Amino acid sequence: MQTILSIGLDGISYGMVLFIISIGLSIMMGLMRVVNLAHGAFAMIGGYLASYAMRDLGAGYALAIVVAVIGTIIISIPLEILLYRRIYRKSDALTQLLLTIGITFVIIGLANFIFGPTLKAIPLPNALSGPLDIGFRMIPTHRVFVIVCGVITALALWLLIDKTEFGIRLRASVDNSDMADSLGIRTEWIYAATFALAVGLGAFGGVVGAELLPIEPFYALRYMVTFLVVVSVGGAGSIAGALAASLLLGLADTTGKYLAPEYGEFFFYLAVIVIAFLFPRGLFGRAH
Amino acid sequence: MKKSATLLSAAVAIGLMTGGASADVIKVGVIGTMSGPYALFGKNFKMGIDAWVAEHGNKVGNHTVEFIYRDEESPNPAKSKALAQELLVKDKVQYLAGVYFTPDAMAIAPLLDESKTPLVVMNAATSAIVQKSPYIVRTSFTMWQNTVPAAKVAKTNGSKKVAIAVSDYGPGLDAEAAFKKTFEAEGGQVVEAIRMPLNTTDFGPIMQRIKDSGADTIFTFLPAGPPTLGFVKAYIDNGLKAGGVKLMSTGDVVTEPDLPTIGDAGIGILSTYHYSVSHDSPENKAFLAQIVKDGGKLDEVTMTSVAAYDGARVIYKMIEATDGKRDPAKAVDAVKGMKWVSPRGPVSIDPDTRHIRQNVYLRTVEKVDGKLINKEIKTFEAQPDWALSSK
Repeated sequence: MQTILSIGLDGISYGMVLFIISIGLSIMMGLMRVVNLAHGAFAMIGGYLASYAMRDLGAGYALAIVVAVIGTIIISIPLEILLYRRIYRKSDALTQLLLTIGITFVIIGLANFIFGPTLKAIPLPNALSGPLDIGFRMIPTHRVFVIVCGVITALALWLLIDKTEFGIRLRASVDNSDMADSLGIRTEWIYAATFALAVGLGAFGGVVGAELLPIEPFYALRYMVTFLVVVSVGGAGSIAGALAASLLLGLADTTGKYLAPEYGEFFFYLAVIVIAFLFPRGLFGRAH
Repeated sequence: MKKSATLLSAAVAIGLMTGGASADVIKVGVIGTMSGPYALFGKNFKMGIDAWVAEHGNKVGNHTVEFIYRDEESPNPAKSKALAQELLVKDKVQYLAGVYFTPDAMAIAPLLDESKTPLVVMNAATSAIVQKSPYIVRTSFTMWQNTVPAAKVAKTNGSKKVAIAVSDYGPGLDAEAAFKKTFEAEGGQVVEAIRMPLNTTDFGPIMQRIKDSGADTIFTFLPAGPPTLGFVKAYIDNGLKAGGVKLMSTGDVVTEPDLPTIGDAGIGILSTYHYSVSHDSPENKAFLAQIVKDGGKLDEVTMTSVAAYDGARVIYKMIEATDGKRDPAKAVDAVKGMKWVSPRGPVSIDPDTRHIRQNVYLRTVEKVDGKLINKEIKTFEAQPDWALSSK
C-alpha cells in the first residue's frame, strides 16, 4: 500500500512538470493552430535565464522565475512579429514545422555558444531543497512545490479562458476570426497576447521543472516529443485534457520505471497507443 | 591580362601539387563528440592534444604531425564508420584516435585491419574493444578497471547488501558484472540490480525501488553527462542519503564540471576513478597550467583531456618508431610496455592487452577553499583491465 502511494506521488509530480511545460504548447496548437516545435526551446531559454539570474546576478528564486518568464517573452517578441505572425491559423503544417524546427536549431546553437554545453543548475532556496518527511516516506520538497504550481496554473488558466473578458475575445477569435475581426476585436493583439502567454508558461515550466528535466542546450529537442505526446493525448487546446494526459502518462511512466526499469519508456508509449486508439481526438479534444 | 592570369593559376596549381608531394605531413584523424550533449568531452580531446603539441611541438624527427577533428556527436556507429572511412580515404590519415562511445569504436574497428591503421582509443570504456583489432591501443580506462576497486572499498567500508543501478548499455553492463563478481567473491550480497535506460531523467521511482530492496549501499554507473546529476539529486532528495544508505560510484557520476551543480549536498560521495583534476603531482600541475595557457578553462577539464594528452604521446612514439611510414604492427609493438608518468600518475601500456595500466584512486567529494573537488584518499596501484588480465 505504501509503495502504491509512493509511486502515485512520484507519478503525479512528474506529470505536473509535464503539464506546466506542455500547456503552453497545447494553447499554441489548439487556439492558434501552430505546431510550435520551438516550444521546448522557449522553456529552455527560461531555464537559462533563471540560472543566469541566480548564479551570476545573485537573484532569489522567486525573482529568477519572474525574470525568466518576462525575459523569455521579451526575447520571443521579435520572433512573433517577424515570423510567427505569418503562420497563425492559415499556413500549412509543413511551413510551420520547417520554420519552428529552424528556430529551435538556431536557439540550440546560440545556447551552446553562449552558455556552453554543460548543465546549468537552478539552485533551489533552502525552503524547497532537501527531503520532506510526509509520514510514510520522504519526498523531495521541490516536488510538493511543483504539484502546487501545477494546480495553480491549471486553475488560473481555466479562470482566464473561461471566465474573463479576454477569454471570451480569445475564444471568439479562435472560433471565427473573420467574424471576430468585423465585430471590432483586435485579433492581432489577441493572438500576440496568447503567444506571449504560451511562451511565458513554457519558460515557467522550464524553470520549475529543471530538477527533473535539466537545462542544457539539447533540452530544446530532447523532451519535445514528450511534450507533443502530452498535447496530442490530451487534445490540443484543452486545459483539462492536458492535465489528465500529463497525470496519466506521468503515472504510467513512473509505475513502469518502478516495476520494470529495463523496459525503458515502453509503458509510457503503451499508454499513449491505448489512449490514442480509444480517443483519436485526444481525451478532451474537440472536432475542428 | 587574361592569359597571364591563367598562367599564374597554372603555376600556383603546379606549385601546390609538388608542395603536397614533397612535404612530409603525417595526419591523425581524431573522432570525438565535438557538438551535442557530450560536446564537453570532445572539447577535452582537443584540449589534451593541444597541450601535448604545445609542449612537444608538431614535429617528430622531420615529420610534421597534423590532427584533423571529426564530429562523432552521439552514439552513432554508422556515422562514426563513415567518418573513419572519409578520414582514411580522402584525408589519407595514418592514425585514428579519439572515440567517446563504445558502439562507435566497435564500428570503426573492422576498418583498421583493412587499411593498416592504428587506433588510439581516448575514451570508450568497454573492455572488449581492444580485442576487436590488434591495432587498437587504449589510453583511457575501462569499467572493470575502475569498478573492481569500488567493490573492494564497499566491502571494507562495511557494506553488506548492495543495490546496483547502471545505465543499460555496454559499459553499464560491464560495471554491473565487475561489481557483482568482485563483491560476491568478497562475501557480500547484491540484493538488487537495476538497468536504467540511457534517457532516464526521473530517478524517483528507481530510488523507491532501491529503498524497498533494503540495501545499505548503492553502486551506480551512468555515463558522464546530463543524467548523472539527476541521479545524485534524487538520491539526496528522496531521503536515502539522510537514511544512511551509502552511494558508491565510478568517477563518471561526479566529474569535476558537474560538482558545482551537485552542490554541497554531494560532500562525502565516494567514487573510484583513474583521474581527478585535483590530483596532486608536478606533472598534473604542469598539464593544467598548459591547458590554461592555451585558453582552456580549468572548470571544464575532465578525464578525456588527460587520456587525449597521453594518447598523443603514444602516437608520437609510434611515428618515431616507424619513421613516418605506414607500418601498424611495428607502431603498436613500439608502444607495448611503454611506461611514463602521466598527469594522472604512473602508467604503462600492458603488452598483452594494449590497454593502459594505471593507479585507480578512491576519492571523496570535499570542499577545499570554497571549491568542490574529488579528494584522493586511497590509491590502488597499477590496476589492469580486470576483464582481460587476472593480475
